[in-house]
Amino acid sequence: MAKTLDKVDVVTVGVGWMGGIIAAECAKAGLKVRGLERGKPRGTEDYLMVHDEYRYAIRYELMQDLSKETITFRNHRKMRALPMRQLGSFLLGEGLGGAGTHWNGHTFRFLPYDFQIKTMTEKKYGKNKLSKEYLLQDWGVTYDELEPYFDKYEKTTGISGENTNPFAGKRSSEFPTPPMKKTPILKKFENATSSLGYHPYMLPSANLSEVYENPDGQTIGACQYCGFCERFGCEYGAKTSPEITVVPTAMKTGNFDITFHANVVEVLKSGNKVTGVRYVDTQSGEEFIQPAEVVVLTSYVMNNAKLLMVSKIGEQYNPDTGRGTLGKNYGYQILPTVTGFFNEQMNVFMGAGALGMTIDDFNGDSFDHSDLDFIHGASISITQTGYRPIQINPVPPETPAWGSDFKKASIENYTRMLSIGGQGASMPHKENFMSLDPDYRDAYGVPLLQLTYNFTEQDRNMHKYLTDRIAEIMKEMGAKTVVPGNPISDYDIVPYQTTHNTGGTIMGTDPANSVVNTYLQHWDAENLFVVGAGNFPHNGGYNPTGTIGALAYRTAEAILKYSKNGGSLV
Amino acid sequence: MANEQKGVSRRDFLKTTGIATGALVGGGLIGGLVGYNVNKDGVQTKGGTQNAENHDTTSVKGLMFFTKRADFNILSQAVERIFPEDDLGPGAIGLGVPYFIDNQLAGNYGSNAREYMQGPFFAGEATQGYQSRLTRAEIFRQGIAMMEDEAQKRFQKGFTELDGGQMDEILTSIQKNEVEMKGVSSEFFFRLLRQATLEGAYADPIYNGNTNMDGWRMKGFPGHQMAYINVIEEEKFQKIEPKSISSMQH
Ligand SMILES: Cc1cc2nc3c(=O)[nH]c(=O)nc-3n(C[C@H](O)[C@H](O)[C@H](O)COP(=O)(O)OP(=O)(O)OC[C@H]3O[C@@H](n4cnc5c(N)ncnc54)[C@H](O)[C@@H]3O)c2cc1C
Ligand code: SF4
Repeated sequence: MAKTLDKVDVVTVGVGWMGGIIAAECAKAGLKVRGLERGKPRGTEDYLMVHDEYRYAIRYELMQDLSKETITFRNHRKMRALPMRQLGSFLLGEGLGGAGTHWNGHTFRFLPYDFQIKTMTEKKYGKNKLSKEYLLQDWGVTYDELEPYFDKYEKTTGISGENTNPFAGKRSSEFPTPPMKKTPILKKFENATSSLGYHPYMLPSANLSEVYENPDGQTIGACQYCGFCERFGCEYGAKTSPEITVVPTAMKTGNFDITFHANVVEVLKSGNKVTGVRYVDTQSGEEFIQPAEVVVLTSYVMNNAKLLMVSKIGEQYNPDTGRGTLGKNYGYQILPTVTGFFNEQMNVFMGAGALGMTIDDFNGDSFDHSDLDFIHGASISITQTGYRPIQINPVPPETPAWGSDFKKASIENYTRMLSIGGQGASMPHKENFMSLDPDYRDAYGVPLLQLTYNFTEQDRNMHKYLTDRIAEIMKEMGAKTVVPGNPISDYDIVPYQTTHNTGGTIMGTDPANSVVNTYLQHWDAENLFVVGAGNFPHNGGYNPTGTIGALAYRTAEAILKYSKNGGSLV
Repeated sequence: MANEQKGVSRRDFLKTTGIATGALVGGGLIGGLVGYNVNKDGVQTKGGTQNAENHDTTSVKGLMFFTKRADFNILSQAVERIFPEDDLGPGAIGLGVPYFIDNQLAGNYGSNAREYMQGPFFAGEATQGYQSRLTRAEIFRQGIAMMEDEAQKRFQKGFTELDGGQMDEILTSIQKNEVEMKGVSSEFFFRLLRQATLEGAYADPIYNGNTNMDGWRMKGFPGHQMAYINVIEEEKFQKIEPKSISSMQH
């Protein structure tokens, strides 16, 4: 028998960025909040020995323990879905701070176009630009409505950047801190893109350029460009993460506590409300029921969708009938990449997770698609994250994969190789979705989430077009050998791409085409909120966290309103 | 023959290097050419007769996984072929890679402790990744026995008695999936072996590979440095003496 605990005002499932933001805002306003986090506590003091590529980047020390839970995957419905047995394509977070501990810190705002993509695409290119298989829809909020919340997220996190991107939405204020250092590698990209007539700008970064105190009184350190950033925690407290910002903010109110090793297995529902959640203490094996006035799912895209599915809240999407919304519009990203080999040696091992320069000349609708066979596009960036020797063994084409020639070439080119890549938007397709797996279970006996996903025609076309543009930039940068990425075929779960999964619990203005309303309040349960990139009806040409951070701040406000007045917020 | 498989098409190359699906790391671009090239030439290199016993006698390295010295010696010779000693510096044996792999096989890596190992098991498509019921420890054990078998079959000699070219021939067959293994493809075993070799060559020396940080020194990677804030804007390439995180402990 599960033991029932005392009721709290708000419970969050998971304490990463989303859980932390909700907790901080609700606790500041006086609500009693409890975070249930299945991982362990951790913080800056744990990262003194973090400059260890093998432990953290290769063996994934900070990430989800797949022996307990993973997902299953197939490219299409005719294939048998099989478990992702080892981490690969994306790296799921686990423990205090979630993936916000080992993220890079690229902190973008999605484009105004993204939020009204259907309307704007149809207006400019007519109704038939994409075939009916693509499930394009507006988000129900506009960029302008979200702008104050973008601003709030950036001020909380102290983002370093420069407001010079002509394609970005209007900002109500400057970046809280100046951009990071412009290194020789970045300057090569800046010169090349400028001379091609594009508009390079410093990538907005959560690796702060200077010490910063945020409006909640939390201090974030200054980045030391140590080169061990993405996949690692920051030993300087200089990479903004939940455990140095929103979590301590929530804690200091006295209204927030976290139960660690608490794996939530079910959301409990009664009528049109949820009553709380059930979780397993992963250390003792005991089960608990945590009753709450408001339940907020902040357990990442996959887990949020899975918890709704196993709890039977909402209707599962069915690709045959198009009915149901839960699991619909799963999206990922398209990554056109070009590698260049140079004569000169460069300081590639120095860097920071979000040290980079970007152009948006081929993102969103900033270029004309009338004669192109796709919509949207990609931000194109060079980043200097710090090349590490196990992962980076660059060899020009025709070099053997092992033996003496390999050794020579990989050592020679390690400091002479750069790559430029685009983060391409993925458009939702009727065959790309999430559901529950019928065969495989997690360590607690709960079905695994099943992913059915493949790249689509639109993705392949965009990939090809953008690869050509990027190759032009690489050439202009002076590479002696330019190696454009291969055209994409089927999506592969093995090589790392991005942890930018989206969809499945999408937001919208109508229960017929969304899981939650624009305040991320569930259509079928007014005291249930679902927060994360799963809310995106389509994926964009940027990293997601800036945009979900903004949505989370808006939702926190909505939860406070709900806890006073109740009812639907729309 | 090793020399028969020269023509590596660019497409194959890209497909197997991770470029095919892009190379963004968390949205951060990191070098694309990180995977490896399946369709490769079995390269002829000199050396390859060096024995694991030639290792630095002052080291405290020891075997935690292998029980037979002979198995360890096969592993040592194989990884040396993958990453040989040359005029740039030591190869896998000189870098302690065999000890690194042995020690890793004895721990979480070898037992796949943090991976989903529940059944049922089905072969699946390449896009679905690793689907074997075998742990890495079991794969290595089987793989090494298989290399010895191949040596006996092809050359009527033990693997460690072969010359470099003969070893390469066997490794190339394994890489090209021409050798039968149970519960795993030989190609997968080769990938594992190659990847573990690079890990041992370039991981922090606390893991008993990368002896004297010579792997890093060859590559120009300075290991654990606290900060580059003062030099990151320099145009000139910075040669920095590498440091291990073990220096943090004092
Ligand atoms: C290597 C890497 C680099 C990245 N770089 C960037 C970047 O540069 N820019 C960017 O915008 N984004 C980046 N991301 C993505 C970014 O980290 C995520 O978008 C963001 O952290 C998601 O926050 P979240 O709170 O929704 O989820 P998470 O951070 O995943 O937090 C969810 C938490 O919920 C917990 N949890 C899950 N299920 C349960 C359960 N059943 N019971 C209890 N607890 C549970 C997990 O343990 C976890 O702590 C990167 C990700 C990775 C892995
Ligand atoms: S690069 Fe900067 S922000 Fe990243 S871990 Fe190092 S010091 Fe911290």
